[in-house]
Amino acid sequence: MSLTFAYGALLTGVIVWLLLVSRLRARPWEASVATASSGMTFPETVAPAKVGLWVFLAVITSLFGLFISAYHMRMGHGPQTVSDWRPFPEPLILWINTAVLILSSVAMQWAKVSLARGDAAHTRTGLLLGGAFAIAFLVGQFLAWRLIKVSGYLVPSNPAVAFFYVLTGVHALHLLGGVYVWGRTAARMRKAHELIDVRLSIELATVYFHYLLIVWLVLFALLLTHSIDSQMIFERLC
Amino acid sequence: MAYVAIADSDHEHALHDPQTFIRKYIWSQDHKVIALQYAFVAIAIGLVALGMSVLMRLQLGFPNTFSFIAPQDYYQYITMHGMIMVIYLLTALFLGGFGNLLIPLMCGSRDMVFPYMNMLSFWVYLLAVLVLVAGMFVPGGPTGAGWTLYPPQAISAGTPGATWGIICMLASLAIFIVAFTMGGLNYITTVLQARCRGMTLMRMPLSVWGIFCASILGLLAFPALFVSAIMMTLDSVVGTSFFMPAVASMGEPGKHVGGSPLLFQHLFWFFGHPEVYIVALPAFGIVSDLLSTHARHNIFGYRMMVWAILAIACLSFVVWAHHMYVSGMNPYFGFFFATTTLIIAVPTAIKVYNWVLTLWRGDIHLTVPMLFAIGFIFTFINGGLTGLFLGNVTVDVPLSGTYFVVAHFHMVMGVSPILVIFGAIYHWYPKITGRMLNETLGKIHFWATFIGTYSIYLPMHYLGILGVPRRYYGYSNGIEFIPPSAHTANEWITISALFVASVQMVFLFNLAWSYFKGKPAGSNPWRATTLEWQTPDTPAKHGNWGPKLPVVYRWAYDYSVPGAPEDFIPQNVPPDDRIPAGHEAAKA
Repeated sequence: MSLTFAYGALLTGVIVWLLLVSRLRARPWEASVATASSGMTFPETVAPAKVGLWVFLAVITSLFGLFISAYHMRMGHGPQTVSDWRPFPEPLILWINTAVLILSSVAMQWAKVSLARGDAAHTRTGLLLGGAFAIAFLVGQFLAWRLIKVSGYLVPSNPAVAFFYVLTGVHALHLLGGVYVWGRTAARMRKAHELIDVRLSIELATVYFHYLLIVWLVLFALLLTHSIDSQMIFERLC
Repeated sequence: MAYVAIADSDHEHALHDPQTFIRKYIWSQDHKVIALQYAFVAIAIGLVALGMSVLMRLQLGFPNTFSFIAPQDYYQYITMHGMIMVIYLLTALFLGGFGNLLIPLMCGSRDMVFPYMNMLSFWVYLLAVLVLVAGMFVPGGPTGAGWTLYPPQAISAGTPGATWGIICMLASLAIFIVAFTMGGLNYITTVLQARCRGMTLMRMPLSVWGIFCASILGLLAFPALFVSAIMMTLDSVVGTSFFMPAVASMGEPGKHVGGSPLLFQHLFWFFGHPEVYIVALPAFGIVSDLLSTHARHNIFGYRMMVWAILAIACLSFVVWAHHMYVSGMNPYFGFFFATTTLIIAVPTAIKVYNWVLTLWRGDIHLTVPMLFAIGFIFTFINGGLTGLFLGNVTVDVPLSGTYFVVAHFHMVMGVSPILVIFGAIYHWYPKITGRMLNETLGKIHFWATFIGTYSIYLPMHYLGILGVPRRYYGYSNGIEFIPPSAHTANEWITISALFVASVQMVFLFNLAWSYFKGKPAGSNPWRATTLEWQTPDTPAKHGNWGPKLPVVYRWAYDYSVPGAPEDFIPQNVPPDDRIPAGHEAAKA
C-alpha cells in the first residue's frame, strides 16, 4: 500500500510540475495580457504522435507500477510461517531473452541514428534487426513458459508462478503491439521514396522499444530477486 | 509545449468532408458525431440502470408486493445500477461525450489529433457496453456482488452471477478501459498540442481544464481497475489465488489458498476514488462556465480555480483508503487517510466559494442551464458536508453500513454531476442542433428533478442516522430496532423515485420535440465568449472553422467588461475591436 501511495504521489506530482506549473502564473484577466503578443508565437514544434506516445508510456508505467505494487503486497500477505508464496527457479533462458531484447533496442537505436545521418541502408538493416530480435524475445518468452510447465512448477495457486505468468504475459502483449507497429513501419520503409516518410515512425518505435526494455529489466530484476536461486544465494551470503 | 504545430500548418490542408451516410454518421471520425454517439449509448444504458433503481425502490418501499423481484434479482440490480451509472454513463458521457464535443471546439481545433483512434474509442466503448448487456442474459444472470465486486463473494458460489456474470462484467470493464485509454490519449494530446493560436493554457475555459485533468486521472487510475479485473478473472477461470483466500464450502476445501481480498480493495479504490473526481472535475469545469455565462459575470478567481482543480486531482490519489475504514487497517494509516480526506475539502471549498462569488453582483439570468447550475451548488454542498462526516474514521465506522452512505454518495456523485449534465445539455443543445430546447418543459424538468431528488435523499440521511442497514433486500423479519417511521420513509422515497424517474421522460421528449420544432437558436443564443459559439456555422460543420482557424486574444470570461459596448467579448475578438461578430449594429 505504501508503495502504491508513494508511486501515485510521486507520479502525479512530477507530471503536474513538469507540464503545468511554469505556465500557470499568467493573469489572463488583465488587459495587458489581451493586448500583448504572449501566446502568439511558438518557437518549437512537437509532433502530436510524439506527445501521444509519451502519454501512453505514462499509462503503461501506471499499469506496471500497480502490478509491481500488487506483487509486493501479495508476497507480504499473511504470516510468513504459513505463506503460500513458494519461490521457484527462474528458467535460464530468461537471461538469453534479456540479451536478445537489449540487442533489439540497440538495433533500433542504430536505425534511428542512421536515419538522422540519412543512411538508408543502415536504417533498413537496423530496423529489420530490431524487429527480428524483438520477435526472437517473444519466442524465447514462450519457451520460458513452456519450460516452467514442463518442470512441474506450473501450479496456479502458487502466487509466485501466477505473477510470473501475468507480468511476463502483459509485457509480451505490449511488445507484440510494438512488433505490429514495427511491421507497419517496415512495410512503409519498403515503399517510402524518402527517409523523411518513415522518420517519425522509426523514432517513436525506437522510444517504445527502449521503454519496454526498461520495463523488462525492472520486471526481470523483481522476479529474479525473489526466485528460489537468489534466495539460496542470499542465505549463503548471510 | 508547442501547440502551434497543427494550428500553423492547418491552412495547407484541404478539409475532407465525409460524403456518404456511413462515413458521416456511423464510421465517423468527426469529434462532434463521436460525441453524440457516446452520448446516445451512455444515455441508453443509463436508462437501463435507472429502470433497475426503480425496481430496487419498489422492493424497498413495498416489500412482499412484487413477487417478480427475488433477492438475487435485487442484488443484481444494485450491482448493475452502480457500475453502469458510475462507469458507463457518467464517465463515458462526461469524457466521451462532452470531452469530444468541447475540447476541439473550445480550443479552436479542427478535430482531435488522432481522429481514427477517436472513432475506435467509441466502437470499443460500444463493445464494452454490449458485453455488459450480454452479461444480463448469460446463465445465472449478471453479477450480484455489489458494484465494488469485492472478492471472495464476487466469484464464490452462492453469489448471483458468480460464474458467467462476473466474467462478463470484468471483460466489459477491461474493454472499457481500452476504449477510455484511446479516448484519453486524444483528449490530453489535443489540449496540449492542437490549441489554436493565442489559446494559452491560462486562457482555456474551465470546462476544458476539468476534462483535461479528469482524463489524466483516468489514464493513471483506470490501470488499477484493469489490473484487478485481470487478476480476478484469473482467480475465477484459472484458479490462481491473487485475491481469493482459502475457502471451505460444505466442509470441502476450495481450490484457492491464501489470496488477499484486501489487495483487491486497495487496487479497486486506488481507481475508485480518483473515479469520483474523473466524474466531478468535468462537472466542476462545466458548471463554472455555465455560471459565468448565465450570470454575465467573469468567473471569480480563475487562477485559483485552475489550481484547485490540479490540487484536487493530485490529492484524489492519496485518499483511497477512506473507503476501507471498516476493512481494518493500521490506525496510523487511518489517521493519514482521514487527514488527506479532510485536506481535499480545502480546494473543493475554494471552488464552491468562487462559484458563489461569481454569482455575487452578477446579472443573473435564471435560464434552464443556470437553474441546473445553481441546483448543483446546493446539492454538492449538501453531499460534500456529509462527506466530512464520513471522512472521519470514528464517525464512518458506525455509519458505513447504513443508508447515510447511500444518501451521501448519491448526492455528491449521483445527483450533482447529473444536474450538471442536464445543465450542459440545455446549454449546448443549441450549438449541436441549431435549435433551443423548450424552456417551459426545461423548467418543469428542473424543478421536478431538483425537489424530487431531495425528496429521495434527505430522508435517506435520516434512515442512516437511525442505523437502517444498506444492501438489505428487506427489513420485515427480525430487525426490531427499525421503527415504523423508517418504513414510512421508505415508501415516501420510493414514490419520489418513481416521480423523478418518470419526469426524465419529459426531458427525453423535449430533446426529440425540440430537434424538429424548437425555436431556431442562431449562432450564439447565450451571448457567450468561448470559441465554440464563434464557429461560422451552427451546427458546426466538419472541420469546425471553415477555411481559417480562429485566433484567441483574451481569456474566456470577459463578461460585463466596463466600457465595452456589449456585455460579452468573445475570445477571438482582437484587443482593438471589442464588438462581437454579428453585433455590428452596436458599432454604428
